[in-house]
Amino acid sequence: MERIGLIDYGAGNTTSVLNALEHLRLDVTLARTPEDLENADRLILPGVGAFASAMRKLERLALVDALGDHVVERKKPFLGICVGMQLLADLGHEFETYPGLGYVAGEVKRLRAEEVGLRVPHIGWNEVDYDPSCPLFEGMSAPAFYFVHSYVIEPSDPTSTVATCLHGGPFAAAVRRGNIFGVQFHPEKSQRDGLKLLENFASFEVTRGDEPTRQGRPSVADGSLVIRSR
Amino acid sequence: MLKNRLIPVVLLREGVVVQSKRFGRYQLLGNPATIVERLSDWASDELIYLDISGRRDYDLGRDDLAQGRTSDLLSILREISRRCFMPMAFGGGLRTVEDCAERVANGADKVVINTQALHEPEFIDRCAKEFGAQCVVVCIDAKQTVDQTWEVFAERGKRPTGRSPDQWAKECQERGAGEILIQSIDRDGTGQGYDVPLVRSIARAVQVPVIALGGVGQWGHLADGLIEGEADAVSAANIFNYSENSVLKAKRSLFEAGLNVREPSLASH
Repeated sequence: MERIGLIDYGAGNTTSVLNALEHLRLDVTLARTPEDLENADRLILPGVGAFASAMRKLERLALVDALGDHVVERKKPFLGICVGMQLLADLGHEFETYPGLGYVAGEVKRLRAEEVGLRVPHIGWNEVDYDPSCPLFEGMSAPAFYFVHSYVIEPSDPTSTVATCLHGGPFAAAVRRGNIFGVQFHPEKSQRDGLKLLENFASFEVTRGDEPTRQGRPSVADGSLVIRSR
Repeated sequence: MLKNRLIPVVLLREGVVVQSKRFGRYQLLGNPATIVERLSDWASDELIYLDISGRRDYDLGRDDLAQGRTSDLLSILREISRRCFMPMAFGGGLRTVEDCAERVANGADKVVINTQALHEPEFIDRCAKEFGAQCVVVCIDAKQTVDQTWEVFAERGKRPTGRSPDQWAKECQERGAGEILIQSIDRDGTGQGYDVPLVRSIARAVQVPVIALGGVGQWGHLADGLIEGEADAVSAANIFNYSENSVLKAKRSLFEAGLNVREPSLASH
């Protein structure tokens, strides 16, 4: 079985994600150092809290460069959850402007739902519209997920967005660039649909550059899905 | 579109689940782990645990409840979070950012703060800064004074603060609270329904989500909190302990009232 490295950097609800992965009987290891990443075939970056504080915690553990090596160079499947998804962007603007990992071009900005009389934070269960070719959503119908956030990633390339949700306008509920995925909602807290999504992430087959794409709207814009040798 | 939430509340007193009446009388219900398993039936959208113990350490080994010994709150929390794939808020006795961090590290997704915030409002700012606004729920316990006005009470209803709930809710929001849990002391455990005007006054005072609590005695009261009270989420404690599949019945009543909730389903893991 492939092993999932759950990145434990002090800015995530690691326990909750770990509980969900263990419930699914997946092989999980907590990754706290660059060396720990070596022992994992797929990586999950959870995240709770503010963008800059989460990013600083990754930096302090020397995980930023190490992640670049495993995720960008070696193309290990990667899933960022909530703030872990937002960190994929180039820049975040929560409390202060701070650079992110830069795997998905774009910036993280506050939801503008208050302008239309909706409440922020966006907290609760909401439905998403998803690209059916995205392996994360395989086997689902009309899924609802649990969201709790005030900020959203705004990808500069719309093809990075593989699922959208509505709260005072559409926002990116899930993004993908090749082997790199991010979800704004909390799959570990989304009961059946959430567990299914984690299971899909753990089991989807990584293929080389020939991912099915939706007509006129490729879901793998850079065509860079590459197999790791097994 | 964002759905309205149904949130069972579990009251823990010295490690045992209790029922509460007007913040004063408590009746033992049993072991948290078993009750949680029943409540985390998939019709719940979220769970709130409020520890209302007077003391911090307690022994959970009760022969009459036929259960193993769980010696402290954090192990209860860990045990609960292992079974609960939905958001879980934890409150009660939180005095420092470290207290909150400990709860979060052991499986809480949100912390519910109350008395300490009244004592030291900057506590809200510090928690929001550390965990993000989405993690910080401020619980406001309010009691009616004269006609349609209310006062905020601290220390589980014991100490009047002279604050009005709507003003306090606004301040909480400004300081970084991500949600307000508004609880009516007068209605607690009475089954008379929410104090709807109180809930509405809070819902209209703030832009963050508002959760109503206190007084649900029949399923129809839940819809009142959402429709008349204009809350975003409804919660209740005692009523969920009275019948089988209670959460499902509660959810169904909201669904049938035409409210935008997740479809009630018994689908399990």
